[in-house]
Amino acid sequence: MNAPKVVVVGSGPAGTRCAETLALAGLRPIVIDENSNNGGQIYRRQPENFVRTYSQLYGSESDKAAAVHSDFDSIRDKIDYRSDTLAWAVSENTLFAAERGRSVEIPFDALVLCTGASERVMPTLGWNYAGNYSLGGAQIALKSQGCAIGSNIVFMGTGPLLYLVASQYIKAGANVAAVLDTSTVWDSLAALPKLLAMPSMLWTGLGLIKTIRAARVPIVHGVQPLEITGSGDAGVNAVTYRDKRGHAHTLECDAVALGYHLRSETQLADLAGCAFSFDRRSRQWIADIDDKSRGAANVYMAGDGARIRGADAAEVSGRLTALTLLLDLGYAVDEKEIKRLRSLHARYERFANGVTRAFPWPIEHVRNLPNDAIVCRCEAVSVGELRDASRGKQADEINRAKAFSRVGMGRCQGRFCGIAAAEIIADATQTPLAEVGRIRSQAPVRPLPIAVEQ
Amino acid sequence: MNGARFTRLAEQDRQTVTFFVNGQAIEALEGDTLLVAILAAKDHVRQSEFGDGNRAGFCLMGSCQDCWVTSESGERIKACSTRIVAEMRIVTETVNLK
Repeated sequence: MNAPKVVVVGSGPAGTRCAETLALAGLRPIVIDENSNNGGQIYRRQPENFVRTYSQLYGSESDKAAAVHSDFDSIRDKIDYRSDTLAWAVSENTLFAAERGRSVEIPFDALVLCTGASERVMPTLGWNYAGNYSLGGAQIALKSQGCAIGSNIVFMGTGPLLYLVASQYIKAGANVAAVLDTSTVWDSLAALPKLLAMPSMLWTGLGLIKTIRAARVPIVHGVQPLEITGSGDAGVNAVTYRDKRGHAHTLECDAVALGYHLRSETQLADLAGCAFSFDRRSRQWIADIDDKSRGAANVYMAGDGARIRGADAAEVSGRLTALTLLLDLGYAVDEKEIKRLRSLHARYERFANGVTRAFPWPIEHVRNLPNDAIVCRCEAVSVGELRDASRGKQADEINRAKAFSRVGMGRCQGRFCGIAAAEIIADATQTPLAEVGRIRSQAPVRPLPIAVEQ
Repeated sequence: MNGARFTRLAEQDRQTVTFFVNGQAIEALEGDTLLVAILAAKDHVRQSEFGDGNRAGFCLMGSCQDCWVTSESGERIKACSTRIVAEMRIVTETVNLK
């Protein structure tokens, strides 16, 4: 019997631990990575000619980053690693990818999707101007390129990344104008019992706030973003927000880092036939996965691409998924280890639910979004156009509203506007969000150059 | 404003690489992505096709598709996911084919 062909997509914390576990069991998984080296977004590596140390780059997470890198390096001869390769479709036990400009079809017996997450964004009037970046983007500029996104930066939104990236910028010597958080101190307090499931992570989080305060950078809670002012030519020049007492404030800046916690990257899972359900807690659609981490017959999911639980949980989830997959393939597996990982993962899950509670998605701001704010940056579709399309054409389902308004029809395929667009449609047509649905994924999940060779 | 959008904070002790944006020679540093190389000298990389002004990328991780630029030979390049190479010739201004 030939060894089963397992393909792992992604080599962040989940993909790395999954590939490692499979390789140590004697399989030779194919690992597909869009980046040129492993680490994913959170532990993204800097170019080879950069010299900053792990502790400068990853701070409190430097030991974990070093382990994810060196453990991956040590299994390189036991896996078939395809870097700079974009997985763009899945169909009938075949993964379609563009490997350095060449089109390849990779048949598999089992597929493990470790596709990670990207920013969830709430639009603000003016977020289409040059100088607006996602929090993750701001972090990549610093970590992998040694750059700040501007010379005077406002961090706005909510979620752990807001504080992590702001503190990393401060430590690197960037000029941070303020941290504006839509969540309130009450939200944090209400989340405390769940956050205590992982005291060390809570402690790390408090350390970030301490760093920001020590630099005398204001942290404002309970804000309502009003406008990012600027011009089409010169880009961002200020942020206007309302504080919790109702007073408006304007902060000059030349860059804004935006983000409201995360959303899973699920397009490939969608194309692979996984079913999705609406999750009331996060107000997002999440893949249905069984107790073996399976989303479809031979499709497994791990890490933030399956559930937003953070990098530490992703490592556990990657290992766990590999072990259950090995069990399904008939390999002997240490069931005690599965049990141990499951109980550890449950603690991370409780903590992650606390994070969701501490940094809620500010749906109350949806109703107040001005009609002239852009919701879809790709196609420059305004909130007003989307409201008109959904009300006027009875388009209370997002794919119908997309057809009429072009929201989510652009090159990013709704990654950065889809969640907010659904909220706007739900509010405009007074439809429950679960009934508005989600944007159907389409292959290729990312644009391919026309010159991809067969 | 037409100056640099990004501010270099570290890793500045690298070899320089000369490339061209709209015909103008620009010095970048070895290891820069094309997006960083452009934005360390200029404030945008392209124009929105829908008339709402200049764009300078958004996610930097290959996901938002807002940093596509064009080479002088007409090839489309995703600037955040492309490493700078000496003598690259990039166009950031949209040619108006009226």
